[in-house]
Amino acid sequence: MLENEEIEEPTIKPVKEIFQTFFKSYSAVTGLVILIGIAVMGFIGPLFYPTDPFDMVWMPFSPPGADGFLLGTDYLGRDILSQIINGARVSIAIGFSAALVSCFIGVGIGSFAGFYGGWVEETLMRITEFFQVLPTLLFAMVIVALFGSSVLSITLAIGAVSWASVARITRSEFLRIKELDFVLASRSSGSNNMALIFRVILPNAAAPIIVQSALLVGAAITFEAGLAFLGLSDPNVISWGQVIGSNRVYILDATYTVTFPGIAIFITVLAISLVGDGLNDALNPKLRSR
Amino acid sequence: MLLVLLVVVVLNFLMLHLAPGDIADTIAQTMGGADEQDMAELRQQYGLDQPFFIQLFNYVVRVALLDFGHSHFYNLPVFDLIMERFPATLLLVFSAQILSLFVGILLGVYAAQNPNGLSSLFVNMFSLFGYAAPVFWTGILLLIAFSLHIPIFPVSGMRDITIETDNFLVHFFDVLRHLFLPMITLASIFFAYYSRLCRASMLEVLGADFVRTAKAKGLSKKDVLLKHALKNSLSPVITFAGLSFSAVVSGAILVETVYSWPGLGTLAFNSIISRDTPVLLGILIFSTLMVTVGNLLTDLTLKALDPRIKI
Repeated sequence: MLENEEIEEPTIKPVKEIFQTFFKSYSAVTGLVILIGIAVMGFIGPLFYPTDPFDMVWMPFSPPGADGFLLGTDYLGRDILSQIINGARVSIAIGFSAALVSCFIGVGIGSFAGFYGGWVEETLMRITEFFQVLPTLLFAMVIVALFGSSVLSITLAIGAVSWASVARITRSEFLRIKELDFVLASRSSGSNNMALIFRVILPNAAAPIIVQSALLVGAAITFEAGLAFLGLSDPNVISWGQVIGSNRVYILDATYTVTFPGIAIFITVLAISLVGDGLNDALNPKLRSR
Repeated sequence: MLLVLLVVVVLNFLMLHLAPGDIADTIAQTMGGADEQDMAELRQQYGLDQPFFIQLFNYVVRVALLDFGHSHFYNLPVFDLIMERFPATLLLVFSAQILSLFVGILLGVYAAQNPNGLSSLFVNMFSLFGYAAPVFWTGILLLIAFSLHIPIFPVSGMRDITIETDNFLVHFFDVLRHLFLPMITLASIFFAYYSRLCRASMLEVLGADFVRTAKAKGLSKKDVLLKHALKNSLSPVITFAGLSFSAVVSGAILVETVYSWPGLGTLAFNSIISRDTPVLLGILIFSTLMVTVGNLLTDLTLKALDPRIKI
């Protein structure tokens, strides 16, 4: 019995330790709680606050607190609180799925480049470099302007332009890990290249990729807000950036129309970055001293 | 560098080609509809009836000859439009980049001397702020503050058209005054990153043997910091600044829109509203050019800092 536990322990401990380190950090837990709170607000908030964000409910530019509207109304007399509650859903959904898209592209390109080396690496890293030079926002603007501004095209555009950092990190991890003994052991026991890439090396390279992807979620949310601010947003759904963008002309008359959605973006991205830092500390114990 | 530009041009063409609708559709739409024959004529006029590769080749040649097409909104050649706006963006991007590097390095060096002190806390807090606050929102907040509460800096445009003298200095300071807020806004994101990076790299260098040697030689604290440590801790910061160039250009587009700075960003914004695709594509090519030049300058700076680096 005792012996059994001793054998089991090392396989469980790392995951447990990661969780322990993560939950020991106040800032990481705060970030996680805020993030979950915002997600809950976005997804079930409309049940408790059923005002339609597109409905004109009152006079335009009614200041916060007045006339029963906690955050006031915008230039069309729409309820800003409701817009923020409903905007959370879109902003968070786009943020996560765009980060997922860039994670897929980045990991794919980075792992093949790092694993195969030679001309494959040369070509793939040239492409990556190219995407690092490209002014991402402009490129996404062109994509969205040409292919129409639906949630799908916006998500794909953001994902398609922001994967370069993931690819670089994945490649450098692959370059390091593929020389290690356990990869050789796995190869000699008959694993083919695909198995080596996705089942042997990738899980061991996951830590920095996860951290980078977490940061990408925050970047994607600000990115979406930026596009929406420039008028490139899906007109059928409300997002925080869109609220700022549509009220932009009136900021000097009604500053709160822009302030509140901005605060919402700020808090969300801040929470994501706190979670990212926490993940970084938990997953890279070597960096903890920094 | 030329390869990068060529790829952007080809990519531009591909997107134009893949996007639903073509230039003939757009023109027909603005004319209020056209019949089959007119459409065919329009397509022939713009070379849209040619095979794919010939169209691509023609497009690349035209861009190489600086012909970016015609803006149907402004009714001007795209190249002229862009050249008119380009200097303003160039000024904003480079001044913001230089300011944020300067302040960032200064703050990073200061914070590194006291890794757990107040300045380090400030650097860390501020870098979180720089990451989390959307740049256009920071811009709007500054704009509100400086237009409603502290009206000392102009909040829109680049020049005061009421100035009537020909004196160069007057105009120079006028532009500088207008530049202040957009520059600060754009720099606010990046100086946060740079100061954090500079602090980390400085801390690493301060622990190195050669710094101890320098101290043991009896050099003053200032000499150790500025002559020995700083020079060796700069390369990660400069490298990162080079990598951030495309982000600075992206940020400039948003900042320009906020402050109506008459650069490529406002032009891009207007061309989105008026569906002026040739202008947008031209801006993409030009801003890529700007980023590649920025990267080249970064490489040269890195080489100047560290002679071991070969380009």
